[in-house]
Amino acid sequence: MKELKISAIKEGTVIDHIPAEYTFKVAEILDLEGLDRIISISSNLKSKRLGRKGIIKVGGLNLKQSDVQKIALIAPDATLNIIREFKVIDKKKLKVPDVLNGIIRCFNPNCITNHEKLKSRFYVESKSPLSIRCHYCERLGKREDIELV
Amino acid sequence: MGFDKKDIISIRDFSKKEILYMLESAKKIESMQGREKLLRGKILATLFYEPSTRTRLSFESAMLRLGGSTTGFSDPKGSSVAKGETLSDTIRIVEGYSDIIVIRHPVEGAARLAADTAHVPIINAGDGANQHPTQTLLDLYTILKSKGRLDGLTVAMVGDLKYGRTVHSLAHALSLFDTRMIFVAPESLGMPDDLLDELKGKGVDLTSTASLKDAIRSADILYMTRIQKERFPDIVEYEKVKGVYVLSSAMLSSAKKGLKVMHPLPRVDEISTDVDATENAVYFEQAKNGVTMREALLAILLGRLK
Repeated sequence: MKELKISAIKEGTVIDHIPAEYTFKVAEILDLEGLDRIISISSNLKSKRLGRKGIIKVGGLNLKQSDVQKIALIAPDATLNIIREFKVIDKKKLKVPDVLNGIIRCFNPNCITNHEKLKSRFYVESKSPLSIRCHYCERLGKREDIELV
Repeated sequence: MGFDKKDIISIRDFSKKEILYMLESAKKIESMQGREKLLRGKILATLFYEPSTRTRLSFESAMLRLGGSTTGFSDPKGSSVAKGETLSDTIRIVEGYSDIIVIRHPVEGAARLAADTAHVPIINAGDGANQHPTQTLLDLYTILKSKGRLDGLTVAMVGDLKYGRTVHSLAHALSLFDTRMIFVAPESLGMPDDLLDELKGKGVDLTSTASLKDAIRSADILYMTRIQKERFPDIVEYEKVKGVYVLSSAMLSSAKKGLKVMHPLPRVDEISTDVDATENAVYFEQAKNGVTMREALLAILLGRLK
């Protein structure tokens, strides 16, 4: 059977082990539209660990810290590979930070952050399963409550 | 001990040691000579974005008893708030007029924002369904005064345990002590799962039941609450459960010796008036203890009580 090979990139970033259902969400976080670089997005690839996974490769992209944190929240098992001259020079497992500043919207509609122009802040009480508490309204939320800014 | 907190926003912010310090301070201030001069020259601003006459009067009474004075509003209509001023701006202005601010706001997290903004101390007098820490502290103070201790007690909380922030905060605070808890509520108004998980995680001995009679037999403290109509998203649900727990003096005949009945007030019909004259009733004393507790907090935060 013929298989479509996705070519390796010379310089850039590869995000691997994204749960398939979040592949396009991760692409959205990276805001790839209009980027003048090589971009490949693959999803529903077979994975021993995840069942189906996604991979995103972007030429020459250095990820912003806030984007890495957002990806860690929705795809905590994803890995980040930095490529130079077709070689992986650095491989990082994403980590959910202890404090999330301004990257998610509070899921409590009666929270002050949804009433005044304010940066949200959450404290991560548990990383697995994810449990976060709003600095302001103190409401506890899970992964499925997360809405990224 | 050193008490380094600038504000009173949430009971979650305090350790057992800090809570005990605040309770000890209330005890101390109650019998203090010359306390009527303790806060002379200090101004308390009460910013009440929603009405709560009792809480406001309690704070104002506390300030006046210590020789301070008060300013503020009990209704934001007609103030700059009604013109669309942000909470942060209001706080920045009012902190120039006062030495300490008490805020009550219908939006959750408003008091935390005020504390993050202000240089003067902020006391949360209720932020939506979230926190009302001075209520929790006066509840603890009442338990301590009426039972002489906080450890080794069985505390039953009765009524609306789902929407009632008072019982959520009280349960959290009591989990710092060796307290057995009984939660008495109809199935639809039980304690939220995340709080139950948190309490279990801390090793709290807890029981959930729908039977008020069973709780009366084994409790040292019976903490009654009103089923609050305003917290129900669905009026049909409210109609189903209102009046489900009504405590009468006859029911107290099976009570454990020394049982004390508490209630954050106002009550509607959950405690019959014939309970008022029994030795068990401490709810009016509890309201009075609120003034003492708030006196202590004002004095601590203004650096006049070491």
